[in-house]
Amino acid sequence: MSETALHSQEPQLLEVSIGPQHPSTHGVFRMNVVLDGETIVKLKPVMGYLHRNHEQLAENMSYLASMPYTDRLDYICSMTNNFAYATAVEKLAGIDVPERAQYIRVLMAELTRLVNHTLLVGFLLNDLGAFFTPILYAFREREKILDFFEATAGSRMMCNYFRFGGLKSDLPAGGLEQVKKIVNNYSRFLDEFERLLTNNEILRSRCQNVGILSKELAVSASITGPMLRASGVNYDIRKVDKYSIYDRFEFKVPLGKVGDVYDRYYVRILEMRESIKILQQILKQMPEKGEIISAKGAAAGKSPRMWKPPAGDAYGRIESPKGELGFYLVSDGTPKPYRYHVRPPSFINITILEDMCLGYKVADAIIILGSVDIVLGEVDR
Amino acid sequence: MFGFGVLKGMSVTLWNFILSYIYPKKGITTVQYPEKKKEVEERFRNFPFLVYDGTPDNMRCVACDICAKECPPKCIYIIPEKDAQGRIQKKPATFDIDYAICMNCGICEEVCPFDAIFMDHEYELSEYDRLSDLMYPKEKLLKPVEHFMKIRPTDCGAIEAQRAAKGIKGRAAQVQSAPAATVKPAETQQNPPANA
Repeated sequence: MSETALHSQEPQLLEVSIGPQHPSTHGVFRMNVVLDGETIVKLKPVMGYLHRNHEQLAENMSYLASMPYTDRLDYICSMTNNFAYATAVEKLAGIDVPERAQYIRVLMAELTRLVNHTLLVGFLLNDLGAFFTPILYAFREREKILDFFEATAGSRMMCNYFRFGGLKSDLPAGGLEQVKKIVNNYSRFLDEFERLLTNNEILRSRCQNVGILSKELAVSASITGPMLRASGVNYDIRKVDKYSIYDRFEFKVPLGKVGDVYDRYYVRILEMRESIKILQQILKQMPEKGEIISAKGAAAGKSPRMWKPPAGDAYGRIESPKGELGFYLVSDGTPKPYRYHVRPPSFINITILEDMCLGYKVADAIIILGSVDIVLGEVDR
Repeated sequence: MFGFGVLKGMSVTLWNFILSYIYPKKGITTVQYPEKKKEVEERFRNFPFLVYDGTPDNMRCVACDICAKECPPKCIYIIPEKDAQGRIQKKPATFDIDYAICMNCGICEEVCPFDAIFMDHEYELSEYDRLSDLMYPKEKLLKPVEHFMKIRPTDCGAIEAQRAAKGIKGRAAQVQSAPAATVKPAETQQNPPANA
């Protein structure tokens, strides 16, 4: 190195590749970071390591056969993935859903929201360096919900429980008691979790005013879900679109003020409390008995290879725990979709990572990524 | 006061630590796996197996190939049996399931009109060679209907009752009731029970 380079006032930039095998990138995700000292000057997310050709696969098989593949998109919340896909196909073919099935669907979606947000907070704390204590408390509670999923759908994570026009099977005997137990104990767990975390000085100093996402930027980048609401935009598809039977429940949409990592953490805690409220209302309102799949839907499930929806297109969307999850389907009247497109919330929320990370330290980039809440199965598809 | 939040958080960890000693039932939620096992739920599904009535010769599968065509990852391979003249018999000569490909979705079970394939509870299936050992042939897949009754009493009871109501007997029962007549077991199974 020449003498002039050593003593020059030009900052010497260092390019670091974080991932794809880094534990805090939540899967096989890579960030190419350009550093000036420890400050981030440039950040480039690199994805595609988990690409499985999901959309093309779905275009080459029957409509129902894609259902188990949607479980593998966002593998933490398979129930909501099923929900979105079933909504899209029902819109496409004009299938109605019976009352009881609607209630069970919303029940499953809200339980999934609890699972996702609890896990996210646990993983975020892991990224912060609270090594494995909060995540294990989160896993302990998630386990109870997964037990219920196993008893109902047959599988803990890859549920494959929704069918067009209803559900695969009714709740098992004693299923509702299991949910009641979960719902009654969950707010106590959240209190404990908050006592552990919310007012912790270390968490506050690491998270507050870090990775601020402005309202305008969030909207223009089409961010959805808790990320958007933490920036203070009141947009929840459960309220806006009122799909399924969400208009029957009373719940608030918690909003953040600053849009930093702490707000994103706290909005999720508050959302879980709202989910518990919805679950309590479901348990009160749910009809005791009833059909779980409509006649038209049952006909579609009898021979999935032969079932043809009418030609046309449909976009079905729901508020998944991570944001707006949508499926766009184009049918040409054959048993296979002509076009099958997924709008994954994780993928769109991660596009804004560089804008949030610029000017912060590397350790902050890790927690900003953690607060975005991505699942690589959904980002790469 | 700075540091109070941290102390408050520590009290939670301390309480959980103490709880695991005072109330092990509440405080310890893990299971010492290889020694102790958690019981799986009745609806738990893992990999498919084939059902037979009585003896393994009387399998319910008629090699109709519906499950193989509906299977999303296409892990089922069926070749129907042929007699001396080369006519296709309603029985599989080869029925292989590649457990390395199967994704445990349970669609084969839902679409089978003959109640022949169901999801098993077996989950300790690690093998040394994934190509040869995880390819399960007919002999390894066949299990008696009693096994199905044992693992999933509710589902099996409902399905068997439905079969009985429709007058579908297993092949074994039929052979015993009409030993002289030429047995065409597949004919009785033309009207499958509706299995949603």
